[in-house]
Amino acid sequence: MTSLLFFGASEGGLFDFDATLPLMAAQVVLLTYILNALFFKPVGRVVEERENFVLTSQTEAKQKLAEVEKLEADLRNQLKEARKSAQKVITEAEEDSERLYKEALALANSEANASKENARLEIDSQRQSALNQLKSDADKLGDLIVKRLLAAK
Amino acid sequence: MGTSPFGLPFAALEVGQHLYWQFGKIRIHGQVFMTSWILIGALLTLVVVGTKKMERDPKGVQNLLEFLWDYIRDLARTQIGEKVYRDWMPFIGTLFLFIFVSNWGGALIPWKLIELPSGELGAPTADINTTVALALLVSLSYFYAGLSNKGLRYFEYYVHPTPIMLPFKIVEDFTKPLSLSFRLFGNILADELVVAVLVFLVPLVLPVPVMFLGLFTSAIQALIFATLAAYYIGEAVEEHH
Repeated sequence: MTSLLFFGASEGGLFDFDATLPLMAAQVVLLTYILNALFFKPVGRVVEERENFVLTSQTEAKQKLAEVEKLEADLRNQLKEARKSAQKVITEAEEDSERLYKEALALANSEANASKENARLEIDSQRQSALNQLKSDADKLGDLIVKRLLAAK
Repeated sequence: MGTSPFGLPFAALEVGQHLYWQFGKIRIHGQVFMTSWILIGALLTLVVVGTKKMERDPKGVQNLLEFLWDYIRDLARTQIGEKVYRDWMPFIGTLFLFIFVSNWGGALIPWKLIELPSGELGAPTADINTTVALALLVSLSYFYAGLSNKGLRYFEYYVHPTPIMLPFKIVEDFTKPLSLSFRLFGNILADELVVAVLVFLVPLVLPVPVMFLGLFTSAIQALIFATLAAYYIGEAVEEHH
């Protein structure tokens, strides 16, 4: 037994090596196995399960977010297209009404022109006939005057 | 209790005295085992209570245990490396917890109230047998870790990076357990002695800050021991390229 005498102790001392050493080593090894079974394994399982849970939840959430973003983009596209088609319908309707208006206007104009023309022609013809009538009447009257004057002589 | 130079019943200093338990020709230091059993019992009780009903949302003691587990995992992972730290985490963790509990238990529990026929109760780590046992376990562990991970290529480590390193590396195998054991033993024993001497000289107030310093040292020593053990194992399993 190594026994160095220190500080006046009758036996033992600070550096008194004996069977405490291997027994303590065995005790610590045993404690390692006990703690591994009671502490490190179960706590590790719980912590790692939680870490996995958090990780999978995170990836799931990311996937869902990506899906939502895709759906949002889809919706936005649909909205854009709907706006575009509505705009098209509106412009078409506007063009249509414009065209119809122009057509109606043209028709009315031409009708008005035509009736104006007709009226003018009518007026002209009546005037002509009136003039003719007048002329023939004047001729007759002239003839009559001439006859009467001649007869009186 | 002893008698001070003034004839007053102050605490006396007892150093290097042991309570011997004799089994045939084998003698062991009874006080070391008594305190270590009490402290290991307390540690195991805490562990059993904390792991009895574990949930995904930790409550109470489970929080503390998970914090410790996480702390030990980080320690093992940074020193040993991602590949094999799982194999050594229980050993490193046990070293840390055992030394920590021993140091703090030795400092916080008023062991002196229990009178022994010879010697006195105290931190198990203030006994050279304990620290040398722990240090030798570390030596065995890193040899085992190196040999089991790399086989005989482990000995490349001795001539890495040049063969000139060979004698230094061989010396290191002896100095590692020596420094580990004496650092822990010296710190804890010195802390106990400083407190005992101060209590012996000035029984009031003055020892208190030294006691707090002692608690700090004790925690640091546990961390240093575990970190160095993990570092040695990491060094042994490290791949040289």
